[in-house]
Amino acid sequence: MRLELKNIHKYFGSLHANDDISLTVESGTIYGLLGENGAGKSTLMKVLSGFIHREGGEILLDGKSVEFKSPAEAIRAGVGMLHQDPLDLPPLRVLDNFLLGREDGFLQDRSKALADLKKYSAQFGFDIAPDALVSALTVGERQQLEIMRLLSLGAKILIFDEPTTGISLPQKIKLFETLRLLAKQGMTVIFVTHKLEDAQDLCGKVTVLRLGKVTGEVTRPFTTDQLVKLMFGQSLAASQRETIALGEPVLELRDLCVADFRLRVPNINLQVRAAEVIGLAGIEGSGQRLFLRACAGLDRPAGGELWINGAKINRQAYHRFLDSGIVYLPAGRLEEGLVPGLNLTEHLILAKRSKEFFVNWNLAQTQAQERIKEYSIRGAPESRVEALSGGNQQRALLALLQPNLKLILLEHPTRGLDIESTMWVWRQLLERRRRGTAIVFASADLDEIFEYSDRILVFSGGRVAKALNAKETSVTQLGELIGGKGL
Amino acid sequence: MDTHLLLITLASILADSAPLVFAVIGETIGEKAGVTNLSLDGSILLSAMVGFAVAYTTNNLYLAFLAAMLVGALVAALIAFSSIVLRLDQIAVGFVLTLLCTDLSTFFGNPFVRQPGPSVPHLAIPILENIPIIGALFFDHNVVVYLSFVAILAAWWWIYKTQPGLKLQGIGERPAAAFARGTNVNLQRFLYTIVGGSLVGMAGASYSLFVKLGWSYHATSGLGWIALSIVIFGGWNPIRGAIGAYIFGGLQSFGDFAQSIFPSVPTQVFQTAPFAFMIIALLLVSNDAIDRFFSGSPVSRKIWQSLRGTPPGALSTTFEQE
Repeated sequence: MRLELKNIHKYFGSLHANDDISLTVESGTIYGLLGENGAGKSTLMKVLSGFIHREGGEILLDGKSVEFKSPAEAIRAGVGMLHQDPLDLPPLRVLDNFLLGREDGFLQDRSKALADLKKYSAQFGFDIAPDALVSALTVGERQQLEIMRLLSLGAKILIFDEPTTGISLPQKIKLFETLRLLAKQGMTVIFVTHKLEDAQDLCGKVTVLRLGKVTGEVTRPFTTDQLVKLMFGQSLAASQRETIALGEPVLELRDLCVADFRLRVPNINLQVRAAEVIGLAGIEGSGQRLFLRACAGLDRPAGGELWINGAKINRQAYHRFLDSGIVYLPAGRLEEGLVPGLNLTEHLILAKRSKEFFVNWNLAQTQAQERIKEYSIRGAPESRVEALSGGNQQRALLALLQPNLKLILLEHPTRGLDIESTMWVWRQLLERRRRGTAIVFASADLDEIFEYSDRILVFSGGRVAKALNAKETSVTQLGELIGGKGL
Repeated sequence: MDTHLLLITLASILADSAPLVFAVIGETIGEKAGVTNLSLDGSILLSAMVGFAVAYTTNNLYLAFLAAMLVGALVAALIAFSSIVLRLDQIAVGFVLTLLCTDLSTFFGNPFVRQPGPSVPHLAIPILENIPIIGALFFDHNVVVYLSFVAILAAWWWIYKTQPGLKLQGIGERPAAAFARGTNVNLQRFLYTIVGGSLVGMAGASYSLFVKLGWSYHATSGLGWIALSIVIFGGWNPIRGAIGAYIFGGLQSFGDFAQSIFPSVPTQVFQTAPFAFMIIALLLVSNDAIDRFFSGSPVSRKIWQSLRGTPPGALSTTFEQE
């Protein structure tokens, strides 16, 4: 089935998530859709598969204009999407999952479904027990189940959203084999990814999105360099920076391992010295957040040692980290950083961590007024934090910091801020740095990483590269590392 | 105790548990769809009152049951509406409705307190009642009791054997996935909550028109809360839920029996013992430590897992399309 998207537009509030996107995919091919987080790939694919509605443009299947009100309608027309986290029902059994959504009559026709499942399993060489609970399957197996389910519902166009994120290498090889087989059978395969290597291995044609727009289209053979340039833009030039003598080590990580239920990043070794700025680069969700939270003392590391100011501090309570002069500013400013419902004065009182029982409200009010002026926050002492704009929330978070900090950890310090606020935030941070505070920040913006970091730590697919000296690193080099190449 | 007496006792447990069974099945259906109807204790009370009042004034039992079911359905519809349309918290709304329904039953039920009224007539099923043991246990009751048996089997069959039942499981476990498979999640949730609510209404009427005839203040008090906990005990499975209801009924009648043997023990001990047993049972089936204990051997693990149930993944949450 031939697919054409013409001038697709989609807004989320004021964010133009898909800006006039057009592309054509021929049947029997594997088509790559490449871009960073937030480039608009998933949005476009959800528009195509009926999960969200577009605000403009046209979708053509084999030349006929179509309109999907729901994912079920899209499937009926032959468009099926496989989500990054497979959209299945883990508490139910494999066969139940396969059955649910089939339109064959009132009673569950289990024997027919079983025969179907076996037919597809044999075709692709999958081996999944029909009565196993889906929760007991690996992500790779759940993808296989979804592929079979979508095919059995008559999908001719299959969209794979970041399918290689949660699966092992053997499963990835199997998946690629399956995708090639699907293409050979005449299916249209759309492969959405941020991994350069995967796109290069698999796709005949790749369209690159950046900030909601198509930045280019390349056809095999193409080089990684081409893709990197399209993905990250070329406007990355290091600016002038004052050199500051680095001081004593404030943070030292020895074979640190951070992990949550789905990701494990072992063997992180790093020494951060006073007045040093370290940028954490990588696709979002590659472990930067886990890393920052571990360094801040919010999560216990899964292994290794964490040294602060020359003392081992692994299994200490969070307030010890605070006492050592370490703070963490999360990306979710309102959700994690501030307390919605409380005003600026109340925040200031909380941030002081005073041991006194009674609150001196008059004093707090005056101090809040001073801070508001000093940090040019657009708001009053009695303004509730949720009423502030994103930029002012970030200013408020900075205004709450104690004066002499050893280390500030930041997650996307300028995300969603306008240029003015962005510059202001960095002026504040650099001023603190001049006074000897070390800064570690994660950002999805490579410009920001290059501009402010002394060294860069790249996170990719559960691994961390050795810290790179920012001055000696090229954009291409960094792009390749982020894409998982040469790591 | 001879066999005959034992049979009579067991049969009366099956019959007297009918209201609890209706309530448990109704709540199981609603919760399977992801909607918690916490108002059970109040809505059973109100429907028991309305059922009796209608029977008392019209002398028509069909009308009485219909009215009671309507009350249950209406309360459930309020919960569904406030959750799905107004996006209010199901637990909070359910709790308020419990209190409201309880007070309404007292207020409107005033004229009917301790009045003699009609009751559901006994109706043994010919031929079947003559089967040894089984006949006496299952086929020597009234229509309401038979319906309670039917409700258990029908709910089980619907949930696990039909295509719409599979969708029902889907909307309770992961609405986004059910939606992707073409289910109108919120409409279905609405319908199942109302169906569950009418069964809850059935529970009320069967109590006041059969199990404990007539109406008095707070007559069914406590029944709703125990039904809610039996749904958990039953692991959201109608058959296991029904077994839980019968065990509770059995404990209650054992309490009556034990009281006649130990007259010196205060009556309250035997009245409250079943509730205490239920708490212990609930602790047992939802305890991680016991999980680990039983996971030692594969056989014990298998038996244990069949006893444990996990709540529907999206219970008490709302669903919104992207």
